[in-house]
Amino acid sequence: MKIIVRLLGFLRPFTARVALSILLGVATIASAIGLLGASADLIARAALHPSIATLQVAIVGVRFFGISRAVFRYLERLVSHSVNFRLLAQFRTSFYRSIEPLAPARLMDYQGGDLLSRAIADIETLENFYVRAVAPPLVALIVTIGMSLFIGSYHPELGLLLAGGLLVSGVGVPVVTRILARKPGRQIVAARSQLSAAVVDGLQGMPELLLYNRSDAALDQINHLGRQMGAAQMRLAWAGGLANALNLGLMLLTLWGILWLSIPLVSADVLPGILLAVLVQLTLASFEAVLPLASAAQNLETSLEAGRRLFALADLPPMVSEPAAPLPPPANSDVELVNLTFSYAPELPPALRNLSAALPLGRRIAIVGPSGAGKSTLSNLLLRFWPHIPGQILLGGQPLSSYSLSDSRKRIGVISPHTMVFTATLRENLCLAQPAATDAELISALTHVQLSEWFSALPNGLDTWLGEQGHQMSAGERQRLALARLLLQNAPIWILDEPTANLDALTEQALIQTLLALSAGHTVIWITHRLIGLDALDEIIALDAGIVMERGRHADLISADGLYAHLWRLQNRQITS
Amino acid sequence: MNLDPRLLRQAWQARFALLATILLGLLGALAIVFQARLLSQIVAGVFIDHHTLAQVQPLLILLLGVILLRVLVSLAGDLSANAVAVKVKNNLRTLLMRRWFERGPAGAEQQTGATTGEVTAAAIQGIESLEAYFSQYLPQLILSALIPLAILTVVFPLDWLSGLALLVTAPLIPIFMRLVGSASQTATGRQWQALGRLSAFFLDTLQGLSTLKALGRSLDQAQKVASVADQYRLTTMQVLRVTFLSALVLELVSTISTAVVAVEIGIRLLYGQIAFEQAFFVLLMAPEFYLPLRQLGLRFHAAMTGISAAQQIFDLLALPVPESTHLLESSLAAPNLQPPFEICFNSVSYTYPGRQLEALDNLSFTLHAGKVTALVGPSGSGKTTIVNLLLRFIQPQSGAIWLNDQLLSGFDLAAWRQQIAWVPQQPHLFHDTIAANIRLAWPAASPEDVRLAARQAGLADWIEALPQSYDTLVGESGARLSTGQVQRLALARAFLRPAPILILDEPSAYLDPALEVWLEQSIHQLCVGRTVLVIAHRLTTIQQANQILFLSNGRVVESGTHADLLSAGGSYAALLSAYRGGR
Repeated sequence: MKIIVRLLGFLRPFTARVALSILLGVATIASAIGLLGASADLIARAALHPSIATLQVAIVGVRFFGISRAVFRYLERLVSHSVNFRLLAQFRTSFYRSIEPLAPARLMDYQGGDLLSRAIADIETLENFYVRAVAPPLVALIVTIGMSLFIGSYHPELGLLLAGGLLVSGVGVPVVTRILARKPGRQIVAARSQLSAAVVDGLQGMPELLLYNRSDAALDQINHLGRQMGAAQMRLAWAGGLANALNLGLMLLTLWGILWLSIPLVSADVLPGILLAVLVQLTLASFEAVLPLASAAQNLETSLEAGRRLFALADLPPMVSEPAAPLPPPANSDVELVNLTFSYAPELPPALRNLSAALPLGRRIAIVGPSGAGKSTLSNLLLRFWPHIPGQILLGGQPLSSYSLSDSRKRIGVISPHTMVFTATLRENLCLAQPAATDAELISALTHVQLSEWFSALPNGLDTWLGEQGHQMSAGERQRLALARLLLQNAPIWILDEPTANLDALTEQALIQTLLALSAGHTVIWITHRLIGLDALDEIIALDAGIVMERGRHADLISADGLYAHLWRLQNRQITS
Repeated sequence: MNLDPRLLRQAWQARFALLATILLGLLGALAIVFQARLLSQIVAGVFIDHHTLAQVQPLLILLLGVILLRVLVSLAGDLSANAVAVKVKNNLRTLLMRRWFERGPAGAEQQTGATTGEVTAAAIQGIESLEAYFSQYLPQLILSALIPLAILTVVFPLDWLSGLALLVTAPLIPIFMRLVGSASQTATGRQWQALGRLSAFFLDTLQGLSTLKALGRSLDQAQKVASVADQYRLTTMQVLRVTFLSALVLELVSTISTAVVAVEIGIRLLYGQIAFEQAFFVLLMAPEFYLPLRQLGLRFHAAMTGISAAQQIFDLLALPVPESTHLLESSLAAPNLQPPFEICFNSVSYTYPGRQLEALDNLSFTLHAGKVTALVGPSGSGKTTIVNLLLRFIQPQSGAIWLNDQLLSGFDLAAWRQQIAWVPQQPHLFHDTIAANIRLAWPAASPEDVRLAARQAGLADWIEALPQSYDTLVGESGARLSTGQVQRLALARAFLRPAPILILDEPSAYLDPALEVWLEQSIHQLCVGRTVLVIAHRLTTIQQANQILFLSNGRVVESGTHADLLSAGGSYAALLSAYRGGR
């Protein structure tokens, strides 16, 4: 209930439009009822052979309703869809605003699962929330009350009967069929995911299946699972078919009841005979209002489910929030790490233990160690994606957390192992780092990172679309794009988080040369497990399980013959002969 | 309209259920006519002839019977329509998958350009979206022709003038539908595109949130989300104005026609040219006459997605199948791989369909029993094509592959593949237990064999630490495998399979140094006693090979041992010095 109130709360800015759309919805059905009622009235009166003048009102009514029904329907659909899409835009922006502070720390569960993709699917579920789930019940409610009062004004029993019929059809049938549909619905979801897994297995694993002579078995399995899903779909069809049949039955039985009650009243002259034909038509037409409610109930149920999950996510408190009274931007870009200890969750072992390092501007260090040694954690902490206690990170002599998030992040540029290329133009992808950059600056950055050859081959220059829907980039090109962003951002502190993790040896070699050349004069924290090019750096810190095992320059560490020297020798078996 | 013959052929496979759906629809229509007759008799009896409840009671009881009939017919009709859809969908999915297997792995992606993702989407979502077409649109299409016809045959003898009015107005609906239909079809397409773009933008933004945050742009992006969503609303509303206009026209035709009929019979009733009972009957029938056509309009939109999905599915089905069908079991002799033997590529050429460039160009080389042959060369030089030929996923277009003095294609396919253990670059893990994933390579293996293979591949410690050990489902309860672990599982499969030939596509990505060393040792052990073809990325592997083939553009440019090639000072030596450039 709380969820539906919160979802409906998003409608508040559009109250007038909502009222208009409901009004038009009611007018549409009223016209349909009017058309059938007036035409029945027309012929019933005509049967008594009066003068044509007495028929004029009915004739005008028939013509008017014949046109108004279609026109009202058209207007109603326009207004309600406009409300629907405004609402959807509200959902999306509001969800984005509430999820923005949560990323990335709150968007990963402990199994590394992706909460985000589920949330996106949930938002899509809300696509037709207003038109399908909100408007129809409101219209049906108003029509039910109005028609029951109208017919009840001829005789209360008739009104009660119609109200009862509409109520059972509008509320009882949806409730019953939702209950009936629940089990097959779940079975279909389960069968579908199994089938989907089998199809993916079959297609992606086809080489293995052919080699191991299992292709017929795989096809049989897919066929079998498809049949299983079909069986569940047939069970669901029973629920849907029952809803249709029950609604039809209720409509006709109500009509039958109206006849049964009104015939004696006509015989007793309590009701005029003319009314009998009209009652038949009005009853049939009234049910038009309640027929969409079965699917509305289904839509409401899935919408509420989606809303519940979205609010649960959006309501999480952010891991890191802005300081209440941020300091002015840091005086300089010197960084100091003091006894930094951090773990991602209380039950997990620390990813960093007692790390201290002084990083005056221009100092370049590397953090090395086996996979899972806690190296990337430092990047998350400096960007304030996660809060840290105990220990301190100082920027310009003051705690990092005392500056506003944007002031501190402005000073830090990052290259991660997977560079995100947005589905947008090259210009937009670069301008993320520096919105005010001129084309000349963008092209100069591309030249510095040695992408000029790639750039000159692009069909539309800076306006070429990149990413999913556009030009595909190789892993090496993506990393160079990230480096171009870094140059444009012009941040004094660079975090290079495994920038070459997805590159082959030749591409890696070339990128490292570029990185070393361009990073001179910047503070560099280079996180890597590939021990290449590190002899140019001022200090190397070797971590294992978050503990600093040793630190020093490349040559010193090699002669010390510790963890670093061991890793270095292992690696070089690969590239030396 | 939109009766794709290919879809109808599919529907023919469910012809009994389809016929039942249509017959039930007709029965329902007859019941509606009968119901209208009863209603008009009852109302006329009471209103005109002043009958009492007792006098019309038999008619009312009959009406109850008709109501019950209509309820049952409605339920049965829904069920049989769904049965059509369920049957057709499963047939079509099986057909699509079978065709894809016939094409084989080398055929699927490279020949057709259709990615696994697209085929999966077609086989699941695409086929499901045919539901509305088969369970609603198709039966409705037939009924919208039959029911009005049935009503006309009843109305005409009663009142030919009203019959004429209905007959004249009826064709207006399909004509208008046709006119606005094509306009709204393109409009709907545009709207889907707009929705697709909005969703893609939203997904993109959320997935890139960390990047945006690090660049300090995440808050500005909220503005952009709002403006893109607003843009979507505006384009969609533009489209909907047109689409809804078609509905407006259809509805106007039917409501105005109903009004015309009502006024026409009203006036004739006034002048005594028609009896009330007949007039009321015609009035009751008029909306029912237009209803099937209007519903067809409604269901047309539901069917639209199905029709465009069907287009895609049939396009996939229509793609050519290579001459060698992979499911065909030949009953030829099994190969004898007792050493010494030789596998000889003799002037083999291969070009993937739709490609200009030859993947292999007149290529010759020999694999010797018990020896290691390494393939080296840039990507696209033909290494994978050689593997595909050896696995017989494709056939040489010219030239031949020989096992000793017999053609490779002359051996039983399954028996030949049984001789091969294979470690692909991207092994596939099936949605099953870890044990089943390993045992796939040799179903006859005992649990001890599986454990031994896992131990040889260096996976045993990790697996045995899982709560359900070897029975853990891949991907569940912490059993998400890293790239390195997936590679090792593929190695375990190769260890388990007692096959004399090993094809090894070495992982090209670098693992951390400790893992690298382990991998080298494991691969070395795997090669012992087998005839090996390795696509090599590591110099240690290459150095240990008995024969190195350096490929470029589908040809062998250099071959020999590591020492031979180094002293020759050609492409291989150049590649090597590039590797060493870093040190």
